[in-house]
Amino acid sequence: MSGFLTLLYKELLRFWKVSFQTIAAPILSALLYLMIFSHVLRGRVEVYPGVTYGEFLIPGLAMMSLLQNSFANSSSSIIQSKITGNMVFVLLTPLSPFEMFSAYMLAAVARGMLVGLGVLFATMFFIDVPVVHPLWALAFAICGGAILSALGMIAGIWADKFDQLAAFQNFIIVPLTFLAGVFYSVHSLPPFWQHASHLNPFFYMVDGFRYGFFGMGDVQPIRSFLVVAISLIALSTLTLKLLSSGYKLRH
Amino acid sequence: MPPAIEVRDASKSYGSLRALDSVSLQIEQGEFFGLLGPNGAGKTTLISLLAGLVRPDAGSLRVMGYDVVEAYRLSRRALGVVPQELVFDPFFTVRETLRIQAGYFGLRNNDAWIDEILERLDLKAKAHSNMRTLSGGMKRRVLVGQALVHRPPVIILDEPTAGVDVELRQGLWQFIRELNEAGHTIVLTTHYLEEAEALCGRIAMLKQGKIVALDTTRNLLGRVSGVRLRVRLFPDSLPDSLRGWHVGRDGESEVMQLPDYASLESMFAELRRAGVTVQEMELMQSDLEDAFVQIMRNH
Repeated sequence: MSGFLTLLYKELLRFWKVSFQTIAAPILSALLYLMIFSHVLRGRVEVYPGVTYGEFLIPGLAMMSLLQNSFANSSSSIIQSKITGNMVFVLLTPLSPFEMFSAYMLAAVARGMLVGLGVLFATMFFIDVPVVHPLWALAFAICGGAILSALGMIAGIWADKFDQLAAFQNFIIVPLTFLAGVFYSVHSLPPFWQHASHLNPFFYMVDGFRYGFFGMGDVQPIRSFLVVAISLIALSTLTLKLLSSGYKLRH
Repeated sequence: MPPAIEVRDASKSYGSLRALDSVSLQIEQGEFFGLLGPNGAGKTTLISLLAGLVRPDAGSLRVMGYDVVEAYRLSRRALGVVPQELVFDPFFTVRETLRIQAGYFGLRNNDAWIDEILERLDLKAKAHSNMRTLSGGMKRRVLVGQALVHRPPVIILDEPTAGVDVELRQGLWQFIRELNEAGHTIVLTTHYLEEAEALCGRIAMLKQGKIVALDTTRNLLGRVSGVRLRVRLFPDSLPDSLRGWHVGRDGESEVMQLPDYASLESMFAELRRAGVTVQEMELMQSDLEDAFVQIMRNH
């Protein structure tokens, strides 16, 4: 047990020591998005009845930041350890694959949540957003962060160089988050793109999370939650399999 | 009492390269054991297999009786490894590094032992320095500390003194020797043959993934057959009949390699017959390096 706690502590300390870069910077980026988009689109778009564009945007931005930072945490920790060689300190210990998996995941979710909460708190000063179903919002935040931290582990284990990790991030994670309905409701899209969006699991994370705030969404929250839960189970299983087999870690 | 290390028919290939070829080896508890061999002989592969960093293609490996695959939690608890590469985590200080490493093994409140390690490795003044700011030799000593932090009964050091200056090397060996006297089994790979000669009770020599010699250090030294000596002659010309034993020249002296001490008689007889007198003569001690070179040449 305490081996697991140590790895968790080490992973938390790792991002906390550089919190300007790992927490403050992504909060600032989210605020800039909010300022620019809500200014440009003020009064022009009303996604849900009675919800201004600024209000609509905030939960999406918080979730997008949460997802991207959960991914960044586990992926960068693993690839840095692999490339600098200090992964060996973890690999030499009696830690089981499950303990490694849980420690990396919890730390990544913690960073995602800190950034997500930071975005919500920072924007509270400018725009008032209701929270109708906080438990739904929390459930989607935790599961979304967990999914992205599993993806981060997979990417970190698979990539041999920073370049490959950056490709994974820029060509898979970023498009999927941007196209998940953060900046718009997918109902405003042409039918083809609406259907395409429904194939993107990130869409359900964002939509379910936003449901927690407004009590309204593009799909039923229970349906979103099912998609999210199944994705989480599938990706966790795959990550655990990689860790147990020693893929690219224990040759 | 199980052996400290037991390797049975262990093999490992990387693609077409056979890094370790059906190696069997047993190291008893309390030994100071040396693993020698040229680069690429398979020393690091063998260590990585024991540490669970690499998985064997065939065969089995045990540390203190625990299989490194089946009972990896117990085998890794029993083993401390100082890796060859100078690796460190740039986010942490020396003390944090050691505390975290102890924590991975489930150890809390281990500070008394950590203090002793810092003291013995001459790192006390650097305890609160970030790992990045340390010199290469200091980083190496932190690696040694990390391997010792859970007090493993078996300690493997893969080239531990590379880049560590002479004075500290002495201190490090003193510490390791004391650990050995306290009952820890020590396995060492090194490029410095004189270190292995001075420290190790037994030695295995590896070449191309196979063990080519496995014996006590004394027996390995004894295997260097013959007598090597340096003679200065007057006049300075070696009789042709002695050319067969001549191996080189050192300054004004000839270096001779004789099959045994008895041959000294015939050498002197030949010199007398040729009217050559011996001005100076020195018998040269054979060392592990000669044994190493000879064994590597014969395989």
